[in-house]
Amino acid sequence: MLVGRNGRSDSLVLEGRVLASAQGIDEALRITVRDGVISALEPGAPGALVIAPAFVDPHVHLRTPGREDEETLRSGTEAAAAGGYCAILAMPNTEPVVDSAAVLGALVEGARDEAVVPIGFMAAISKGQQGDELTEMVELAEAGAAAFTDDGRPVVSAGLMRRALQYSVLTELQLALHCEEPSLSRGGHAHEGSVAAELGIGPYPSSAESVMVERDLSLAGAEGRPVHLMHLSARESVAALDHALANGVAATGEVTPHHLVLTDEAVRSLDTNTKMNPPLRGEGDRDALRDALRRGAITCVATDHAPHARQEKDVPFEEAPFGVTGLETAFAALHTHLVIPGVLTLETLLERMSAGPARAFGLDEPRIEVGARANLVALDLDAEWNVTEDGFRSLSANSWLLGQALRGRVVKTVADGRLVFESSDAP
Amino acid sequence: MSESRPPASPRRHLLSVADLDRRDVERMLDTAQSLAGSLDREVKKLPTLRGRTVVNLFYESSTRTLASFELAAKRLSADTMSLRSAGSSVDKGESLKDTALTLAAYEPDVIVVRHPSIGAPQLVARLTDAHVVNAGDGKHQHPTQALLDLHTMRQALGRVDGVHVAIVGDILHSRVARSLVQALGLVGAHATVVGPPTLVPRGIESLGCDVSYEVDAIAGADVIYVLRMQQERMSEAFVPSLREYTALYGITPERVRKGQVVMHPGPMNRGVEIDPRVADSPAALVTDQVRAGLVVRMAVLYDVLTVAPVPDHVRARAVA
Repeated sequence: MLVGRNGRSDSLVLEGRVLASAQGIDEALRITVRDGVISALEPGAPGALVIAPAFVDPHVHLRTPGREDEETLRSGTEAAAAGGYCAILAMPNTEPVVDSAAVLGALVEGARDEAVVPIGFMAAISKGQQGDELTEMVELAEAGAAAFTDDGRPVVSAGLMRRALQYSVLTELQLALHCEEPSLSRGGHAHEGSVAAELGIGPYPSSAESVMVERDLSLAGAEGRPVHLMHLSARESVAALDHALANGVAATGEVTPHHLVLTDEAVRSLDTNTKMNPPLRGEGDRDALRDALRRGAITCVATDHAPHARQEKDVPFEEAPFGVTGLETAFAALHTHLVIPGVLTLETLLERMSAGPARAFGLDEPRIEVGARANLVALDLDAEWNVTEDGFRSLSANSWLLGQALRGRVVKTVADGRLVFESSDAP
Repeated sequence: MSESRPPASPRRHLLSVADLDRRDVERMLDTAQSLAGSLDREVKKLPTLRGRTVVNLFYESSTRTLASFELAAKRLSADTMSLRSAGSSVDKGESLKDTALTLAAYEPDVIVVRHPSIGAPQLVARLTDAHVVNAGDGKHQHPTQALLDLHTMRQALGRVDGVHVAIVGDILHSRVARSLVQALGLVGAHATVVGPPTLVPRGIESLGCDVSYEVDAIAGADVIYVLRMQQERMSEAFVPSLREYTALYGITPERVRKGQVVMHPGPMNRGVEIDPRVADSPAALVTDQVRAGLVVRMAVLYDVLTVAPVPDHVRARAVA
């Protein structure tokens, strides 16, 4: 399901405070990796680094094929490596859409040459993401699809959504849903509330998301199938997820760093890097998302890394496309804005960035134990750095964090047994 | 994006009423009043902005605003040129950024921008060295309209402080309403927005206005400010029909109390949001607003180009 560059496995030693709550580890250890596998865990010096299971991003736009000027398999996975990720899931809303084994096969081949970090390619739920006909899901699964989604667009027809749930029994792969009722979001560019009202920006109400979340959870419950809810933004959606979980629906959810940190107040700047879909919402929504992540109703942090060319964002707010980059800043942003202020523990953040997303998509959880394939991230929690346009490995720089100082930095990433990133100023 | 922004400069723009304080508004209104006198003279031209260049960059159709900015620049002896999106490189797909950079190469002192998207004037301000005046961006702001409305009220009522203005109609899509509510708040006046629930945006109260869905709410106002009702709102199901809209919110003679004045930013849909008998009555200040547009835009051009108050010799000439 995950495809990365063929080749070597590395041998290396990492030492520091090892934090792997799933394995019950929080102690100073020396980790020996031999030929890509953890071969020894021995008492070590605490040092300046925290070493944890590497991250898994369930929501990345690699823009390939079609917009290789914005991101390629290589640049996107180099960005992932710099962000501490050992696996990423790529969205199928490319040009052409990943809706056939031919398109998927070409990506899988490309990843074997270019992917620094293993990629799982998602395929579309509907042909051309048009919402009319199902894709050949079984053939796509056999060709290596990691999951199915029409992300970028909702599955508008409830009937097609239900058929997709029913048919997914044959693939046992997750359906990841972008929940948006287009007749409610049409013309919307910012959260419906006082900021949009004052600025005169077309409102995109919370209900545009939550009515679709409620519909899809209801269908999933009725069909007895799992669903994964992408980039949740509204407190009403969190309430619907809570309700479904309490009723035994096998639902998982994800939330982005920007929805966890910002509110629609940020839109007052008219900075097009505060424009995302779903939009930044109110403080009550942000708090509900933080709370859901803390208690585990939402188990995944997803960047929704959405690269855009400079000329596409250098336009007036309403003309700009939705989306921001996030792979290289996710950990630092959430460490700075949630962990340091005490909103979220470091252990919980690390879990929601690694095991949580892996579990939601049936991937192997990155583990720190002898005999496990090495998927490790080394973090310097005290490192302060500035987010600048020229500091990205991604081909795009449309980050909501430009110009900001962050605390906490990825210094080494080991993905599938290979050292894929090493910060130049690593201690 | 913030990276590419130049550091804050002393250049003065008029981008949003939200950027102004009470002194700014009063200074511009005072300048406008001084300049009004010059319009009554036989030779209407003042030498004030001789040698300055004002470029009007209009991406939306406009009669009043474009004409008054052009004339305002000419009356102040500035060189002026107007560029409309139709028939220019914009037709060939040139981006706002490149058009702005192209115009900036001619080193204009002021660029007046009208654009269908919020934030377009801010973008031009960020990309060029010119002083930028917002002549309407999307549904966001139309600050010179708000200023000319305040000027008109001051002329008609003798004051703006304490005045109560009822703004009636499609608030959701109106940059005029947003700018005016903010401007009224700055000068100690008060606004109530009145319209159907589908056309009053959720959260608008945070601008500091009251909200009512009943036309009766206009009874206590000094000024009834009527907004244009657009035909396309029907197809989008904001209201069921113009007929029902007019019945509920149309400003008829029966709904105008003696002593109230009626304003409209134009262009009017007679018989829809405003009854022709009201539009043609002495209570209507619509042509006063058009006249005010000229002096207020003169004052705005003057104001962005100088921080100092109007020099005495201009004032003297103006009132002579």
